[in-house]
Amino acid sequence: MFEPASSIIVGLEVGTSKVCAVVGDFGADGALNIVGVGQARSHGVRKGEIVNSELAEEDIRHAIAEAEQMADVEIRSVYLGVTGRHVRGFNNRGVHPIFSADREISEEDVQDVVKNAKTINLPAQNHTIHAIRQHFLVDDQDDIPNPVGMLGSRLEVDVHVVHGSLNRLQNAIRTVKGLQLEVEDIVFNGLASALALLTGEQKEAGSLVVDIGGGTTEYVVYSNGIVQHTGVLAVGGDHVSNDLAYGLKTSLRRAEQFKLDHGSAIVDDAIKGQAISIPNENGLAPKVVNLEHLRRIMSLRLEEIFLIIGQDLEQVGVLDYLRGGAFLCGGGARIPDIAKLAEQTLQMPVSVGKTNTISGLKSTLDQPEFATAIGLVKFGSFDHRKRAIKATLAGNLKATLSQWFGRA
Amino acid sequence: MTTQTPSTPATAFLRKGISIKTIGVGGAGLAVLDQLIRSGLAGDGFAAVNTDAASLAATAAPEKLHLETPLLRGLGSGGDPDRARTAAQESLPRLKSLCEGMDVIFIIAGLGGGAGTGISPVLARAAKETGALVIGFVTTPFDCEGTRRQRLALQGLTEFKAAADGLICFPNQKVFRLIDENTSALETFKITNDYLADGVRSFWRLLTCTGFIDIHFDELCQLLRDRHAESAFAVAEAVGPTRSREVAEKLLAHPMLDAGQALAEADALMVSILGGPDLTMAEVNRVMEQINRHCEHAQVVMGAAIDEAFRDRLAVTVMAARKNLEPGEARVAARPGHEAPGQLIRRAITARPASRFGPPPPGLSGDPADESSALGTVPSRQRRKSARMLQTQLPLDSASKGRFDKSEPNIHRGEDLDLPTYVRRGVALN
Repeated sequence: MFEPASSIIVGLEVGTSKVCAVVGDFGADGALNIVGVGQARSHGVRKGEIVNSELAEEDIRHAIAEAEQMADVEIRSVYLGVTGRHVRGFNNRGVHPIFSADREISEEDVQDVVKNAKTINLPAQNHTIHAIRQHFLVDDQDDIPNPVGMLGSRLEVDVHVVHGSLNRLQNAIRTVKGLQLEVEDIVFNGLASALALLTGEQKEAGSLVVDIGGGTTEYVVYSNGIVQHTGVLAVGGDHVSNDLAYGLKTSLRRAEQFKLDHGSAIVDDAIKGQAISIPNENGLAPKVVNLEHLRRIMSLRLEEIFLIIGQDLEQVGVLDYLRGGAFLCGGGARIPDIAKLAEQTLQMPVSVGKTNTISGLKSTLDQPEFATAIGLVKFGSFDHRKRAIKATLAGNLKATLSQWFGRA
Repeated sequence: MTTQTPSTPATAFLRKGISIKTIGVGGAGLAVLDQLIRSGLAGDGFAAVNTDAASLAATAAPEKLHLETPLLRGLGSGGDPDRARTAAQESLPRLKSLCEGMDVIFIIAGLGGGAGTGISPVLARAAKETGALVIGFVTTPFDCEGTRRQRLALQGLTEFKAAADGLICFPNQKVFRLIDENTSALETFKITNDYLADGVRSFWRLLTCTGFIDIHFDELCQLLRDRHAESAFAVAEAVGPTRSREVAEKLLAHPMLDAGQALAEADALMVSILGGPDLTMAEVNRVMEQINRHCEHAQVVMGAAIDEAFRDRLAVTVMAARKNLEPGEARVAARPGHEAPGQLIRRAITARPASRFGPPPPGLSGDPADESSALGTVPSRQRRKSARMLQTQLPLDSASKGRFDKSEPNIHRGEDLDLPTYVRRGVALN
């Protein structure tokens, strides 16, 4: 049923600063391995969304080609990461009465209740990206992971729904499809990053993942092993550069360079009055800026990001359940001292996340900016296994039937 | 004219008839209070309030108020502001009687611990209810004391700010500029206490000594409001014929003012000049010229007063304050509604969310009586303040969004996140 080529899974993230494709392969032993990575600087994306599809197409082509070359495979389909200001997450509850005479909850009841939970009054132009089951309630009895086989008259389920504007999601999909690539599924970037970073224990203990990208910052909260909250803030590294360009009165490109070479999330007293200069490639006088100003501008912006996230988490009431602490990823996680700043602002242990939930190229896995793409592969692998099981089930059934009929 | 005696030099030097009581709250407050009493400040009264009986017994203050509830079990507040607050609320009548009949109440406290953080806002509200104007002098903890104390201090500060007319805050961390490597810990605390005491003293003088250039109390409070975030004092004195030049030099060289840096960053400045009867206008002018040169953007309030004891001497106190405009207030100020401006501001303060990221004044939201009394006593001041805040919002719109100029606006709680954060927060870079 499956061609050999489909044993590879590709995660594609079209980010604001870079386009990144990661190839995962089910090895002979069935374990998922990362075998290839391709990336290209992104030009057609602002705040996580494609604004110039021609440029974006070109960048995606480069990234895919590089990944194909490295992994020595032909890529036909991808799992596409999506993000943007329009993507929102919230919790919803679905209810389903049990009518059967014995009041036993069946698999169909579970499917019905989940379907009910998914049909929420979203605006017509919105599309549900994910509806993740949190837990079931049977006759107000809470925290049931699997109700099948239980007795009850009323089945309820809590789901976490991540939704976004259909047209904007379609834009991303169309751009990828324009390259003759199939989109297997779209995945919210923040969720993908969380999948890549968090281990089972961390999800259980309650953890926050903050993915600080170029144009957007996504955050996901896991506790008790399930997704509790997701959110997107359309502020990222681009904003830091833009602030610097404005504050230091320099070009955006130079501001970017200043950020990479001298940036830090914390203003420490030792740098007071220090000046730094960057040589001009055109042979003009080098630009001199005050290091303290640079750091202060950066620090304020980054602090604000964490403040807004903290406020949001507190508002939905998950802030006190984060015993596992917070994990940072995305390009923003590379900023020196950012974990320290986050620790001060969020008042919880913070570290830069490591993608240790998947094996493969070590050099790739250690980089925080690949977390999303790796998470996409991981998401794909779940999907893949599910389908494989379904396929074998169907196959078995077919075999059994033919056996029966053959015998009869 | 016929009934009132014309003011002769003798009566002009008399105090203006404002009764001031200085109240120290908590361990740090008592230490500063003792310092003040030792230095021989003549006030209408000193009082000490604490939850800890031992420290009260040791203080020299004539009036002592020991707050005790069964909950505390005679052990003090144990660094928990909530316990201290409960104790203070239970003895509210006693706190009120402490402030009865006074025009101005100074409250001195160290924030971050139990008693100072918990009691002082309650005391400030009690004092306001008796009709007194309240000015707070507080310190915030050293960085090394940990984030918990910092957070408590910040909460206490917000609560105190909402209750008091004016608040002057001195972050202890800044004392490192006054000390060197070899200063002992004990001395360091003494220096902070002295420093705070200096501040209280200069305020006291400002209010009590008759000036030929008066600072209006109202004006002063307006200046202090919302500018508590970082304030720096410097006091300088000089004697002799070249005193005015010397005093200005000393001030600008003062470590707390960062060699004039703090003046440049400040957006509000209070200058109080105190001299003997021989003080000349030219001297006042010289001092102010020096100071004004360093702070072009700041709102400057100055006063000059005469004290008989200062013959041949000149003392200048400068208080530089920097505003830390909170986002909630900025938003409200940017959108004037149909309500009276005073009400708007008040609501902005009370409606702040109960969040640890912007600590609320706990006792305030559910206390309409307090709200209305506060509104009733100071309407003119608030109107003036809101007008000023509207003004400060103007440059915000002119800031460029750079590369996000044409993209979808990014509005979060009324702020456009595409604008640089430091511009929205009003952080000065120079």
